[in-house]
Amino acid sequence: MSINATLIGQMITFALLVWFTMKYIWPPLFDSLEERKKKIADGLAAAEKGQEAMHLAEKKAKGVLKEAKEQSSEIVNLAQKRANELVEASKDTAKKEGERLILVAKAQIEQEKQNAKESLRKEVSALALRAAEQILSAEIDKTKHQDILSKISKQLG
Amino acid sequence: MATEAHAEGATGYIIHHLTSLSVGEGFWTLNLDTLFFSAVLGALFVWFFKMAADKATAGVPGLVQIFAEMLIEFVDTQVKDSFHGKNKLIAPLALTIFCWVFLWNFMDLFPVDILPLIGSLMGIEYLRVVPSTDLNATFAMSISVFCLIIFYSIKIKGPWGFAKELMFQPFGPWLLPFNLLLKLVEEIAKPISLALRLFGNLYAGELIFILIALLPWYLQPVLSFPWAIFHILIITLQAFIFMVLTIVYLSMAHEDH
Repeated sequence: MSINATLIGQMITFALLVWFTMKYIWPPLFDSLEERKKKIADGLAAAEKGQEAMHLAEKKAKGVLKEAKEQSSEIVNLAQKRANELVEASKDTAKKEGERLILVAKAQIEQEKQNAKESLRKEVSALALRAAEQILSAEIDKTKHQDILSKISKQLG
Repeated sequence: MATEAHAEGATGYIIHHLTSLSVGEGFWTLNLDTLFFSAVLGALFVWFFKMAADKATAGVPGLVQIFAEMLIEFVDTQVKDSFHGKNKLIAPLALTIFCWVFLWNFMDLFPVDILPLIGSLMGIEYLRVVPSTDLNATFAMSISVFCLIIFYSIKIKGPWGFAKELMFQPFGPWLLPFNLLLKLVEEIAKPISLALRLFGNLYAGELIFILIALLPWYLQPVLSFPWAIFHILIITLQAFIFMVLTIVYLSMAHEDH
């Protein structure tokens, strides 16, 4: 129970322990703690930065997408317009072509009509001539009435 | 003395338990059990933390490292709370005090008869296993702290600054002798209160364990179990108080008025 030399021994042990702790135990453990703290803080900061960058990229992407949409709708509009124009133009040409074809057909028909008329006239005049011939052959001398006949045939022809 | 102790029954049992294994005479007596157990416990503390320190990484820590870091963080918080100067000694000192005192006190939780029984089988007559029930152990620590207080007071404030503080505070130069007396008492009270507080708590605790051990066997668990639970609180608290007061005293030594 009394104070004795144990005190000195204990003080030496204590000093040794404190020295050892100070030299070999505290620094590495404390440093690793601090380092981890820093690492975590850095990681958090980086994560925040990344998030920010993501937000920015999202915004940018939205902008680009919007622009692209606008552009595409513009292109579609343009294409529609062009298509309309083309349709209109082709309608026009088709109309014109049709009209032209009609005209040609009409002309042909006219031609045919003329030809038919001509041939009919010729046939009719030939028939009339033959009939007249037959009627007249009895009374008229061909040579004598040559003049009249040719006049008539000319008129008919 | 041994035969006396055996002869006197209950009192003898108690005295036997509270007698140190010692060699030497007078002041030059060495309490071998105190020296041995505190050295072993100190080695245990150092071994555990060295193991953690060797494997310390800033990456994912292992279990040992987590435990060590928990204590480090805890001590560091205490130090930062009350100590604002820069001193590389204080935090490791506080950690050593906390862990070592805790381990000393923890010896109290071993059943009172187990280690002395093993000792007696090995031919050791007396064995006091709790170093903090030895005044030498607690005083050794508090006197070391006291030396550090004086050392840092002189180092930070200068010899004249420290002397001025002793002489002229708190009542000014006209009451110099009174100031000096008050200050000296204040300073000397620090190590004494540190040592006696720890010693008293643990000595009383150990004594109660011994008293419980004297009761009939069927009463012992009923009493020693709650006392042991309560004691877990006490041993931690006493280690904590010793550490915090050391930090506070040293930070006072660093304050320049």
